[in-house]
Amino acid sequence: MSTVQASDFICILPQIILSGFAILVMVFEPFVPAARRVMLGWFALFAVASAGAALAWTSTLPGTAFGGSVEASFFSIFFMALFLLVAALCLLGSFDYLARDHVQHGEYYALILMATVGMCFMASSTELILVFLGLEISSISTYILAGFKRQDALSNESALKYFLLGSFATAFFLYGIAFVYGLSGTTNLTALAERIHAQSSPPIMLWVALLLMFIGLAFKVSTAPFHVWTPDVYQGAPAPVTAFLSVGPKAAAFAVMLRVFLVTFAGEGAVLFWLLWISAALTMIIGNLGALAQTNVKRMLAYSAIAHAGYVLVGLATGGEEGSASVMFYLLVYALMNVGAFLLIAHLAGTGEHWTNIEDFRGLGFERPGVAACLTALMLSLGGFPTTAGFLGKFYLFRAAVGAGLTGLTVIAVVTSVISVYYYLRLVVVMYMQEGTPQAPSAPMPWPLRVALAVCVAGIFLLGLFPGNVLTLAHLAAMPLP
Amino acid sequence: MRAVQIAGREPGGNRMEILLLFILIPPLVGAALNGIFGRRYSQALVSLIGCGASGIAMIFALAAAWTYSHSAADPAPIIQKYFTWIEAGAFRAEFALYYDRLTLVMTLTVTVVAFLIHIYSRGYMEHEGGYYRFFCYLNLFLFMMLVLVTASNYLLMFVGWEGVGLCSYLLIGFYFRKKSASDAGKKAFIVTRIGDAGLTLGVALLFWTFGSVDFQYLAARIDDATPGYMQGTLTAAALLLFLGAVGKSAQLPLYVWLPDAMEGPTPVSALIHAATMVTAGVYLVARSHVLFSHTPVALAVVGTVGALTAFFAATIALVQNDLKRLLAYSTISQLGYMFLACGVGVFSAGIFHLMTHAFFKSLLFLAAGSVMHAMSGELDMRKMGGLRHKLKTTWTTFLVATLAISGVPLFSGFFSKDEILVGVYEGPLGQHWMFWLAALTAAMTAFYMFRGLLMTFHGPPRVTPEAEHHLHESSSKMTLPLVILAFFSVVTGYVGWPATLGGGERFNAYLDPVFGHSVALLTAENMRVTDHRLSHLALMGLSIAAATAGILVAIWFYLRSTQVPGLLASRFDGLYQLLVRKYYVDEFYDWILVHPLRRLSESFLWKTVDAQSIDGIFVDGSAGLTFHAGRLLRRIQSGNLRSYATWILLGAVLWLGYILWH
Repeated sequence: MSTVQASDFICILPQIILSGFAILVMVFEPFVPAARRVMLGWFALFAVASAGAALAWTSTLPGTAFGGSVEASFFSIFFMALFLLVAALCLLGSFDYLARDHVQHGEYYALILMATVGMCFMASSTELILVFLGLEISSISTYILAGFKRQDALSNESALKYFLLGSFATAFFLYGIAFVYGLSGTTNLTALAERIHAQSSPPIMLWVALLLMFIGLAFKVSTAPFHVWTPDVYQGAPAPVTAFLSVGPKAAAFAVMLRVFLVTFAGEGAVLFWLLWISAALTMIIGNLGALAQTNVKRMLAYSAIAHAGYVLVGLATGGEEGSASVMFYLLVYALMNVGAFLLIAHLAGTGEHWTNIEDFRGLGFERPGVAACLTALMLSLGGFPTTAGFLGKFYLFRAAVGAGLTGLTVIAVVTSVISVYYYLRLVVVMYMQEGTPQAPSAPMPWPLRVALAVCVAGIFLLGLFPGNVLTLAHLAAMPLP
Repeated sequence: MRAVQIAGREPGGNRMEILLLFILIPPLVGAALNGIFGRRYSQALVSLIGCGASGIAMIFALAAAWTYSHSAADPAPIIQKYFTWIEAGAFRAEFALYYDRLTLVMTLTVTVVAFLIHIYSRGYMEHEGGYYRFFCYLNLFLFMMLVLVTASNYLLMFVGWEGVGLCSYLLIGFYFRKKSASDAGKKAFIVTRIGDAGLTLGVALLFWTFGSVDFQYLAARIDDATPGYMQGTLTAAALLLFLGAVGKSAQLPLYVWLPDAMEGPTPVSALIHAATMVTAGVYLVARSHVLFSHTPVALAVVGTVGALTAFFAATIALVQNDLKRLLAYSTISQLGYMFLACGVGVFSAGIFHLMTHAFFKSLLFLAAGSVMHAMSGELDMRKMGGLRHKLKTTWTTFLVATLAISGVPLFSGFFSKDEILVGVYEGPLGQHWMFWLAALTAAMTAFYMFRGLLMTFHGPPRVTPEAEHHLHESSSKMTLPLVILAFFSVVTGYVGWPATLGGGERFNAYLDPVFGHSVALLTAENMRVTDHRLSHLALMGLSIAAATAGILVAIWFYLRSTQVPGLLASRFDGLYQLLVRKYYVDEFYDWILVHPLRRLSESFLWKTVDAQSIDGIFVDGSAGLTFHAGRLLRRIQSGNLRSYATWILLGAVLWLGYILWH
């Protein structure tokens, strides 16, 4: 271990800023009158913006820090930028939601910042212990966030389930790390890769270690059969929190998967390949079929989130630069459309989220054409219609898969995504073609939410029509992976 | 072979980068503003945004032309790459703009005409509903047209191509409550779609063969190939592209949509269906000149279709009584001239005629719109006559345009048409029959245009008393653009003053760096003994004689002995009916295509295939199946925490078993 230098801190400057501001938010909280607490939210948003600026600076100084345990690379920067974007969007969508549902507390904003710190460490660290710490920081923050509506039984149930099952799953991950250390004597991914590649035939216990780590991460990204918690938790958690945890921790776990499975364990091709192949197929089938029968919009979107994890797994099974780049592109697209959808539902559901049944959206297309058009665009993108980013994202994933010879898996992916069109369009049909008036009282949309939605919808069309630049970035980020 | 230059650091390059983008941006912004907020804006603001956007685009087009002409790059093309638009495996399309002398001519023509028509529309659309909608579409159209002419690859050009088609559809059906208007919109959309299918296939074939859709790359690759290499593929690609051009530019046999497109507001007919969009096909052929010059067969098809269309449409125009439809058939005929020019290998003459035609034909339409305004919407020339006393400015400008299109010396049409006739006579692929057909068409053009002029503005008034009561000259908002266009209808011809009359044929020479290589190749490849029996002067004399004959006959028929046309019509009733009925082509298409298709769709596709098979088996069946599967899955989701943990454990154990078994 070399001595710690100033440049080491620059490498993790975004995380330092976020942590510092999170603490400040907590310190300020008692001194801010209840009516003004939204100021803390703006303060948190400022923190995210500052972290973004710091990230931009860090990106000009690529390298590793703290004895090679953290890195600043295109890969980590792509993901960290994604997390910051998600955090900013969710913050914008939360200000008025928290006030409406009478849970305007500073802890909320601090927890969002801390969860983001955890996710950033997951994406940027090359040291399994640090990855685990990041995973725990983000998990614990989101456990609390899921139960943030203390008076609400569903929210409490959601938090408890998430916490118990989450702890169960992270234990697998930690157990996997322990095995890795026992077998190779290191937890540094770079060193580990060298030792694995040096051996001609790796011991079977390495596969077990790999599997245990996979289970821990598979829980986070909710792949079948480790998805069972998802519908309950997503439905019960406050909708802006659902927006956050359906995207942030998921993308972070995928970042770890990309790094660990495609780089470190690259030698274990066949075992890993079928593991991912079967998981992807199962996840897509279960997610899409499960969504069909739902009558609650949040629950439907929860199953849709499972299905999308399945699509991303197709990209992981594909591997290589093409596969990894399309995974990263898809995660960005998925973040925009899912965050947009959940934030919009959070607004439409009304006080206490009373109106989340699909039937409650009847006639919305005529009552509030702008809002309905937004939701339609998001649904079309989730369903993968051309001109939206959802289409191109899937297109790149499936094209890479076909290019790598995964025709069977691609067929399953295409068929299940055709099925998915049914439940996405059902919402559109209800809004435009069914008589009736929307159930929730129509409150004007607060402007911070408008901004967040505008970013999501504009992003969907921008990436759907002009993916060039972002795709190049994804390729740059994926280059050192395979 | 040819100088390939990509602008980067050389002087003018960076400035061009900004200028080119700024030609495109204003109309797009204008369309967005009027489209989103226009409903709330006042008419004055809507027209300010609409006209302002097109005006700024014109200023930037002028600035770009000036900068390009003073840059070191001229006459080589400047290619400005902005970003990679689509990248998928081997396929790559840049968002890049292409600027050479051809683009310069096209952008200037399009923006100047568009700007004047925007100004005219302020007055014309004043009392119509949907003012903001109109300006939104018009600006969007301008944007798409500019994308079309500045694109640097076929794919980006295709975006503009489809975009102008969309705007054309929206604007033809602008009065969407009127059934004939919305039907005409649909007809235009569907008929041009046939051509677009050809264009798409052509571009796909080019990509499949050469691995790119980039103009410059394709030109270089095709040029480097030995003559005769891949003749079949090149011919197929060229013919498929030409099919797209035939649809868009209303040539035989896909011209049927254009006359019906006159249902749209008159400024639209002037801008889209006369001056700009319909000439996109000519631009496509000219832009693909390298490809076409390597396939004489395809080029011969272009020339033949052009010559036949020019003649065919002119014969129909002879007997039209509706002023706008007369102009529509005349447009088809003139477009035929342009294709004829390209087909015989004198691309620059085709572009020259495109430019002069844009001015005088849009003037004719706008003047017709002014007449229509004065006549409370009447377009039947049999109910007009003697309007020149009441509509002085309209009459004068219409007369200038008529003289121009008839090919009367000193007016622009004379110069461009003469260049085409000379080209057909002497050009690399010219044929004698084409020349005589074109000369005959020229005479007919002069006849029917003067027939229209005389029936509308001269002779005894046949106006109904109530229409006469409203008869008035249009406001200066409308007449000013007419006067400016009349000026252009005269002077644009002078840039191509023929050598025979002591001029320098500057237009031809100006486009030589663009087309010269292809023309030289065609001349070398097709060793046709140039026929010099008729000198240029004699050809010119012939063209003037044709025009004069047409004009004199028209004057004789419609001013001196007005009973003659009626006598002729009854004497040759069969022929007359054939022309009035437009050769029964619409009826023929209905009989052979539309009705069988409709019967097939209704009885077989809808009732049997869709309702019974697809809905019954696939939709309901598969929906039922997936729903039952969904129900089953729901049962797993008990909500019980212990059972969830069990699922996770079960999954872990199963995976572990799989790993160890391996």
